[in-house]
Amino acid sequence: MKILVAVKRVIDYNVQIRVKSDQTGVEMDNVKMSMNPPDENAVEEALKLKDSGIATEVVVVSIGQEKCQDTIRSAMAMGADRGILIKTDVSIEPLAVAKILKAIVEKEQPDMVLLGKQAIDDDSNQTGQMLSALLNWPQGCFISKLGINDKTITITREIDEGLEHLEIQLPAVVTCDLRLNEPRFASLPNIMKAKKKPLDVIAIENLEIDISPRVKFLKVEEPLARKGGVMVADVKELIQKLKYEAKVI
Amino acid sequence: MSVLVIAEHNNKFLKASTLNTVKAALEIDAEVHVLVCGFNNDEVVKQTSAIEGIIKVLQINDDLIEHQLAEQLSQVLVQISKNYTHILAPSTTFGKNFMPRAAAILDVSQISDISAVVSADTFIRPIYAGNAIATVQSSDPIMFITVRPTSFEPVESSGGNAMIEKITFNPEEIKTKFVNREEAQSERPELGNARIVISGGRGLESADNFKLLNEIADKLNAAVGASRAAVDAGYIGNECQVGQTGKMVAPELYIAVGISGAIQHLAGMKESKIIVAINKDEDAPIFAIADYGLKADLFEALPEFSKELDLLNNIAK
Repeated sequence: MKILVAVKRVIDYNVQIRVKSDQTGVEMDNVKMSMNPPDENAVEEALKLKDSGIATEVVVVSIGQEKCQDTIRSAMAMGADRGILIKTDVSIEPLAVAKILKAIVEKEQPDMVLLGKQAIDDDSNQTGQMLSALLNWPQGCFISKLGINDKTITITREIDEGLEHLEIQLPAVVTCDLRLNEPRFASLPNIMKAKKKPLDVIAIENLEIDISPRVKFLKVEEPLARKGGVMVADVKELIQKLKYEAKVI
Repeated sequence: MSVLVIAEHNNKFLKASTLNTVKAALEIDAEVHVLVCGFNNDEVVKQTSAIEGIIKVLQINDDLIEHQLAEQLSQVLVQISKNYTHILAPSTTFGKNFMPRAAAILDVSQISDISAVVSADTFIRPIYAGNAIATVQSSDPIMFITVRPTSFEPVESSGGNAMIEKITFNPEEIKTKFVNREEAQSERPELGNARIVISGGRGLESADNFKLLNEIADKLNAAVGASRAAVDAGYIGNECQVGQTGKMVAPELYIAVGISGAIQHLAGMKESKIIVAINKDEDAPIFAIADYGLKADLFEALPEFSKELDLLNNIAK
């Protein structure tokens, strides 16, 4: 089985982001960047399938600036075999990302595409669903468990009410929740090895896909700050405040 | 211009998120229709037609679409989308699942998780876990929009009398088979729209200790929530997770117990009206956004909290 994993380079989840004063976006200069966290789970799940002999090749694809090579290299340091970077300096919307990934799927012919369920920068939660639609493949979204059968997979989806179990025919698109697994750390020798693994860079223009934006960002602002409150001395005082000051209990 | 809202329900009752989504729809245009897909869903359709302010309910009642799989709902939307300028669904795991799929088939983008309507083509949505607020404008002929339920007041669930139109489901072959659902049973209010939420984090230290929270939740008629750390540790089910990748809540009172306050958790609860934090670490970031902070050992504070509530209730009686 061949697996394609899509990864996104985002501002590290530990960074407190700052909105630019001209309201055009958030500050990206000199900010620590990392792989989008649920994408790491997607990479890990693919590698687990490789470790168990089910997957034969794990290919990692990313879309973005030259620097996205770092993100692909870190997936290869975890154990992925090969990387593809679709190079562009402009920001790409989920629908266009799905169209680009579809072109890569048609070229690579994987049996399964794994992605994170949501990128922590724009919080869109769309790309996997859109990709499966464009491929006319079934989708398994927000999964916390993956089982592989012969020509199908069984998945457990995390839904608001609890869990949902589906059986899906391959090929399929699967989006991963953070609870799917615990991503491995790359060892130093593997980081060195990853530098020699093949990484194709394709200019986005060569794909001839319409990536023109449909949604315009008019402005990006800071959220209204919450006023800091007070510290109470003990439980008794807390209850009094809730009852007579806030009047919520 | 007409707006279609996809109802969230379980074939028995309409979920409250639908009422918040209708509110957003009415801010776009007065011509609002609501689609109810499912099986044996007459009761849901009846509840839907009573929603105040909507014009029409579209019903699909077919055993093939009982479980409302993404592949099926997107087929339905593709069939009826030409009648609408806007298609809205709640930004819950229900709406997030099928909306982008339908949008992509129609070659339109989706605007996710809006928190306000500026005009018929311009919306506000939080990004970066709510640490930035974007105003976005769409140029698509049909706008697919998911709505953050806590950002819109629910419309009245009664008083309306919308006409009901039955439509047929034209199934195409799908490659997904529904197996089953494990729904957490709880007598408490639903986390997404409870008036009071009490949440526990890693500080609770075990699944068993959540009974300390449950006891208080029962006295306050509150829902129980959790941080991702507590869910990951297996203390409580995933349906209770509040945060960037879990549920968004905005109750009148949110009590965070043993939760340090990572930005990913704050993303899910910082719109709450009153926030209480109980934590033994006085440097915990949760205190920076709490209206009332209590530095205390939760294993002492929670039983005392429970006892004080009893006293209060006795006085009230």
